[in-house]
Amino acid sequence: MVKCPENELIEITKGELLSKCMEMKKSGLRFSQGCAAFWDGRYELSYSFADDETYEYKTLRLKAELDEEIPSITEIIPTAVFYENEMAEMYGVKIRMISLDFRNKLYRIEEEAPLLPKDARGPLK
Amino acid sequence: MGKVSVIPFGPQHPVLPEPIHLDLVIEDEKVIEAIPSIGFVHRGLESLIVKKDFNEMVYVAERTCGICSFGHGMGYVEAIEHIMGVEIPDRARYLRTIWMELSRMHSHLLWLGLLADAFGYESLFYQCWRIREQILDMIEESTGGRVIFSVNKVGGVMKDMDSAMLSRFLDVLTDVEGQIRTIRKVFLQDRSVQMRLRGVGVLTRQMAHDLGCAGPFGRASGIATDMRIRGYGAYGDLDFEPIISTEGDSYARCQCRIDELFQSIDLIRQAVGKIPAGDLSVPVKGNPDGEFFMRIEQPRGEAVYYVKGSGKPNLNRLRIRTPTFANLPGLCETLKGADYADVPILVLTIDPCISCTER
Repeated sequence: MVKCPENELIEITKGELLSKCMEMKKSGLRFSQGCAAFWDGRYELSYSFADDETYEYKTLRLKAELDEEIPSITEIIPTAVFYENEMAEMYGVKIRMISLDFRNKLYRIEEEAPLLPKDARGPLK
Repeated sequence: MGKVSVIPFGPQHPVLPEPIHLDLVIEDEKVIEAIPSIGFVHRGLESLIVKKDFNEMVYVAERTCGICSFGHGMGYVEAIEHIMGVEIPDRARYLRTIWMELSRMHSHLLWLGLLADAFGYESLFYQCWRIREQILDMIEESTGGRVIFSVNKVGGVMKDMDSAMLSRFLDVLTDVEGQIRTIRKVFLQDRSVQMRLRGVGVLTRQMAHDLGCAGPFGRASGIATDMRIRGYGAYGDLDFEPIISTEGDSYARCQCRIDELFQSIDLIRQAVGKIPAGDLSVPVKGNPDGEFFMRIEQPRGEAVYYVKGSGKPNLNRLRIRTPTFANLPGLCETLKGADYADVPILVLTIDPCISCTER
């Protein structure tokens, strides 16, 4: 029985995102989830990978400015498509080249970036 | 090459309990590609963190889904408890585990009924749901609710089950076990059922891993992963192994879920045999300050609860990644090359729950 191994957070830069994702994939980890958050005036993007044998959980953490473009990881991890579409629609994260881009209409929400605090939405426009 | 056409499937379809839309690219009677779209029942539950404090959010988390409601509440409170360093009483850990397994049983029996209905066995559908009623009755007797249990809180649980009630539940489960053995024969040995399920929608172990499949959907392809092994709740004190199959087809998914019913009964028996006396909860002071990704095994597979707090009553972020969200890419892959007539069965074999996927 494994006793809840702690989450491991690995801070990365935008330039490292694709290579780190490739590294995780090559080491046999399963892409478990991706999500965005707004913290301290910036986006915090999380890409989590699970080891299905040891139950370790590693999360790549990328901090990005609101107007910064982020490369899509769907070229390396095709299953990230829904996660990236959610980040784009809910927080207005500018993700380039998502393999199947729902263009901010995954959840068909009228409001732009509904989870981003209203006072932070200026840089989106 | 036959004529290629696109057939819309859903969001309203007799086999779909909840709305999802698939654009099926069809060549003659074969599916070449399936393009999914959701967004018909998005409720914006996660955005309520600005209005509700972290204790009130338990009620919101429980309303993520009408089938695995208890698990959502449990995943959320365990994530908060981890951040706040709260150690709940042992009795509360065991009670959560018993309710979680009852919840898994009613979810799997619901799914078996829907599957039976999809391949045309209406009386089998009734049998599955009749057995499920006995589980729901136990849930109602012990929590007061049949859909939303509302027994979880940060720091423990709000209701108890005394030894007489637990003993009575074990008797009911013995009866239920016998009934499940009877329907198991139909699901797994009936020739017509086998013809509808065997070799349909095969997903290899490697494909299931690459596509990030979770729960019974992945285990039916040989991925021996079950978040209960992590030992949250009282699972760390119980003896069990993930139930897997290597066939990777619709039959294997059905087999895994039926066998997980027996596993749940066994886990409840073990938990009832070991449950200690004691308090139901501990007082919780302060507000959550930190972040954590909590993973639990819902009936449909791994669910991830990301919570982040900054020492205030309201969380900064709550993100619930449900198993169906993870299984959508796998579903699209199983549909490729399938007969058009098998699409309803294949959609069902991931046990889709769209309301919790969209939150």
